[in-house]
Amino acid sequence: MQSSFPIVPESASTFSGDVDALYFYISGITIFFTTLIGLVIIFFAIRYRRRNAYEIPRPIEGSTKLETLWSVIPFLIALSFFVWGTKVYFEQYRPPKNALEIYVVGKQWMWKFQHPTGQREINELHIPVGRKIKLIMTTEDVIHDLFVPAFRTKVDVVPGKYTMEWFEATKPGRYHFFCAEYCGMNHSGMGGWVEVMEPKDFDNWLSGNLSQVSPATAGRGMFESLGCVSCHGANAEGGRGPALLGVYGSNVVLSGGQTVTADEAYIRESIINPQAKIVNGFGPIMPSFQGQVSEEQLLQLVAYVKSLSTAKPETRTAKPPGLGPAQSANPVGSPK
Amino acid sequence: MQEIATPKPPRVNYLNAEYGLKSWLLTKDHKRIALLYLGAISFFFFIGSLYAMAIRLELLTPQGDLMQSSTYNKTFTQHGIIMVFFFLIPSIPATLGNFLIPMMIGAKDLAFPRINLLSWYIYMLGGIITIYALLAGGVDTGWTFYVPYSTTFSNSYVIATGVGIFINGFSSILTGLNFIVTVHTMRAPGMTWFRLPLFVWSHYATALIMILGTPVIAITILLVAFERIAHIGIFDPAIGGDPVLFQHLFWFYSHPAVYIMVLPAMGVVSELIANFSRKNVFGYKFVAFSSLAIAVFGFLVWGHHMFVASQSVYAGMIFSFLSFAVAIPSAIKVFNWTATLYKGSISYDTPMLYGLGFIGLFTIGGLTGMFLASIATDVHLSDTYFIVAHFHYIMVGGALLAYLGGLHYWWPKISGRMYPEGWGRFSALVVFVGFNLTFSPQFVLGYMGMPRRYHTYPADLVSWQVLHVLSTAGASILGVGLMIPLIYLLWSMRYGRIADANPWGLPGLEWQTSSPPPTENFLTTPVVTTDAYEFASPEHKSVVGRFERQTPVEI
Repeated sequence: MQSSFPIVPESASTFSGDVDALYFYISGITIFFTTLIGLVIIFFAIRYRRRNAYEIPRPIEGSTKLETLWSVIPFLIALSFFVWGTKVYFEQYRPPKNALEIYVVGKQWMWKFQHPTGQREINELHIPVGRKIKLIMTTEDVIHDLFVPAFRTKVDVVPGKYTMEWFEATKPGRYHFFCAEYCGMNHSGMGGWVEVMEPKDFDNWLSGNLSQVSPATAGRGMFESLGCVSCHGANAEGGRGPALLGVYGSNVVLSGGQTVTADEAYIRESIINPQAKIVNGFGPIMPSFQGQVSEEQLLQLVAYVKSLSTAKPETRTAKPPGLGPAQSANPVGSPK
Repeated sequence: MQEIATPKPPRVNYLNAEYGLKSWLLTKDHKRIALLYLGAISFFFFIGSLYAMAIRLELLTPQGDLMQSSTYNKTFTQHGIIMVFFFLIPSIPATLGNFLIPMMIGAKDLAFPRINLLSWYIYMLGGIITIYALLAGGVDTGWTFYVPYSTTFSNSYVIATGVGIFINGFSSILTGLNFIVTVHTMRAPGMTWFRLPLFVWSHYATALIMILGTPVIAITILLVAFERIAHIGIFDPAIGGDPVLFQHLFWFYSHPAVYIMVLPAMGVVSELIANFSRKNVFGYKFVAFSSLAIAVFGFLVWGHHMFVASQSVYAGMIFSFLSFAVAIPSAIKVFNWTATLYKGSISYDTPMLYGLGFIGLFTIGGLTGMFLASIATDVHLSDTYFIVAHFHYIMVGGALLAYLGGLHYWWPKISGRMYPEGWGRFSALVVFVGFNLTFSPQFVLGYMGMPRRYHTYPADLVSWQVLHVLSTAGASILGVGLMIPLIYLLWSMRYGRIADANPWGLPGLEWQTSSPPPTENFLTTPVVTTDAYEFASPEHKSVVGRFERQTPVEI
């Protein structure tokens, strides 16, 4: 329950409680030491006030014992903040498996979201309660930051990169989200609502937006229209360019002998700046698609390549990525 | 006994040795240059404060009803730029440091008087260019100049402002250089390193940061300008750059810059606490070396500004740890100042009120830094009002309070006049109350999730507006508290009571010459035989008259 004058935002994600606990612990220590030092200063100031103009107190040199004491104790306390803070952060950071992946593109001054089943939203994000949500985010212009106070999390959205933010909402409701990295004129208007819904309400919401094309399907369309098929093959089975089937998540051996894990960032880079990493056994012949595709289209291409790792090789059109069995039975995401 | 007790002020001092504008603008006297700086930074502080009032007024209501978003963005940007680069960084070093370092070590001047004057001209040139940029249309990037907004998207006066800050940086470098050489080579006979007042130690540490850090921000600003003009691809990912690289470069200077602001303040507070309790500083060497430790560690923690900026988690972990480590030397100082009071003879003059206020506010500022060094809480708090509150506790509650305390403390030496003590104490109290009312609600606002640099905020969150109203009320009180000293200090220059050479009755070298001092500071080079803050050494005991203090003046 929120009081009428809350001093802590609503707590609505699996780690907001952990962050609050640490916040209250550091607050307690802060209040304790501030009060302690304040009281000692006031006590000394009164107890040792100057009583006559000529008094010269006896000098005191200092004490190595005391110095050690008041170096070691604060250090140990700081260490406890460090260990606790890092532990909670690592749990927050580690991307969960089988999360619902939602693509996010920030631009001056709006947030665009696209669900794996194709639904698009602007400045609103509908998510189901109790399900891990992973946002894969980038921006078309400057740096932004997606900040959901009720979830106690924020991550910058950086041009030329994919950043990842995840959370699991614990109670249905409407929660503010903000852009937390200054981005120009209408920065303070670049926010909206996260609408956390019961799973069945969420399913209803999804099916109410049937006409959408999933990002992976849209990506498949671009794969053809941009002519990627001529080298990577009509079914991405490979040709002059490497095969893309099953590439996502695998280890790719490069021409220099190094190995990289093919994640979203790698796929993005291979489209925008193909010469950066050449797959072993192939020539550096691919042109850059920089400027020809928007960040949203890039995300769709990435979604398509990702779908090739979950789809059966013979299916021409791909299933949307990141859907659990319950959702994949749902006809919403399947094209045609 | 009486003869040495109060040396009669010589008729000629540094203020009346020469007259005319030229004698000021071409002076090589560190004391006059300090006054030139004092005038200039007071001007910039005034401008910066006007912006602050505009911000606080706008935030009274959730809607943006006072100005447009683009105006608001320029307002907070220019508040930050003016306050950081043209007030806080030069404030204590260029005025009090400039005035006092030669006097405290028994020297006639800084090592390079002409370079000292040059640094003031460079500062003024940078300042004028920046003011030009503000008048021409202003800049809206935030004082942090994050790319690619500043390089590609902002159509405000980024380059002109950048040039102003770039030029201003050289004044900082030259001042730092001057301090280091002076402390190494100009100490009076007998003034060993461990007899130096802690004010000098902290300025020495500050000077190291100025010399090592400032070139990095200069390079960074140049790169931003090149990128903006020629699109060379340092920061723009579309042509192979990396926007996060800018943040590394920027904070590599700008975090240590916080210590440029707060280390001199710590030096002032060491003087205030020791002298107004007539005690040597408890653990002198620990306090002295903690300044150097802060200067060194301060260079290793910049990454804590970037926990949510897509930096690697392991880098974040290391920066978090180092940030906690840099807190320890600050904690050591706070404990030592407190212990200095023990069994002292404490007076409640205005400078001491500021000094005691500093310890309290700096403690809060430092401890709230723990929330930001700890990654999990920082993820929630970064770029919110919690950050705003935290750094204002360090920069206003810390640096500004120490600056005001120091200004009052040395005012008799600087001006030859006493300030009105009653008004002084009153305004110190008003500043303390106003400051806390302004910035403590912002901690709560920040945890509630209010992002910084927001022109408007949601109206459905009632507590946000209440907290903003409290903050604005506090800012009004703070504004009044700062106007009072401005008025009475100016008043006292003409009407204040004539100050004795040593009105507080203190052993520091700066008090052993007339007020105001002669141009050459000391008529004969002093020979130092005692440690700093030695109130009760045998030879001092024989001249008890030295410890008589002037009775405070009341108006």
